[in-house]
Amino acid sequence: MARTSSRPLSPHLTIWKWGPHMLISILHRITGNGLALVGAMGLVWWLMAAAMGPEAYATFVACATHPLGYVVMIGLTWSFFQHLFSGLRHFVLDMGAGYELNTNRMWSIAATVAAVLVTGFVWLFIFAENF
Amino acid sequence: MGNGTGIGRVRGLGSARHGAHHWLAQRYTAVGNLLLVLWLIFSLLTMPGLDYESVVGWIANPLVAVPMMLMIVSIFWHLRLGMQVMLEDYVHDKGLAFLSMLLLNFYAIGGAAAGIFAIAKIAFMGAVE
Ligand code: HEM
Repeated sequence: MARTSSRPLSPHLTIWKWGPHMLISILHRITGNGLALVGAMGLVWWLMAAAMGPEAYATFVACATHPLGYVVMIGLTWSFFQHLFSGLRHFVLDMGAGYELNTNRMWSIAATVAAVLVTGFVWLFIFAENF
Repeated sequence: MGNGTGIGRVRGLGSARHGAHHWLAQRYTAVGNLLLVLWLIFSLLTMPGLDYESVVGWIANPLVAVPMMLMIVSIFWHLRLGMQVMLEDYVHDKGLAFLSMLLLNFYAIGGAAAGIFAIAKIAFMGAVE
């Protein structure tokens, strides 16, 4: 991009006070790309392991049920629901609704809290069933 | 940036007139992901077991294999579009931008092919002894 380096840039990222709408926006990007790399590769690994046979599947299960495997799976669950709720927020904003300051703030907080709650419910259910 | 001239467009600057389609496809596939991934999570949570036999038996059912294949297409299409936007924001060097799109396409198409192949193999050939 052509620009004269002696002239200052607008300090657009550094001058704003953080708010829930900024948090949910950057979380949408982080969780989306996290799901795209870690989640999608994990999914294909699971399917490939099942297609290859019992031994490959056992290797997958051993990794997935390692403590780090649980950290990754819980992280993916949260990422999915965070991205899902902020994605629904995108749909509302796409229709031109929800831009009033208070409404925007309220839904940003609600989506972030909902993602944590649903993730908690899912894993409580899993641990209650299995341990 | 491109100024909308013919040469600008040839160099990949300015509007390629694909923006609205890209944006819409991102939304269509988002709805696909919403329905299909929720279905997968719900199924995994309610299945009696996640051992080899149960999982392979489950995927072999046509009513599972088909939605699973659709899910793979929806996810990889959506992430192909989404990661493009992310890379366009952060990778400014022309050569690296080209390389990142090349790798993204390999990843999205290769990953989707691997997923669909695995499902098809399970569906047609069943469990491996
Ligand atoms: C589970 C698999 C999913 C993956 C791997 C995924 C991945 C991504 C990625 C990588 C992006 C680009 C983010 C960026 O850097 O700007 C994105 C954007 C988006 N995702 Fe997803 N996503 C998934 C599910 C969903 C679901 C369930 C919804 C809907 C509720 C959704 C709605 C959206 C929307 C609306 C955008 C576009 C945002 C914008 O225009 O800035 N995604 N997704």
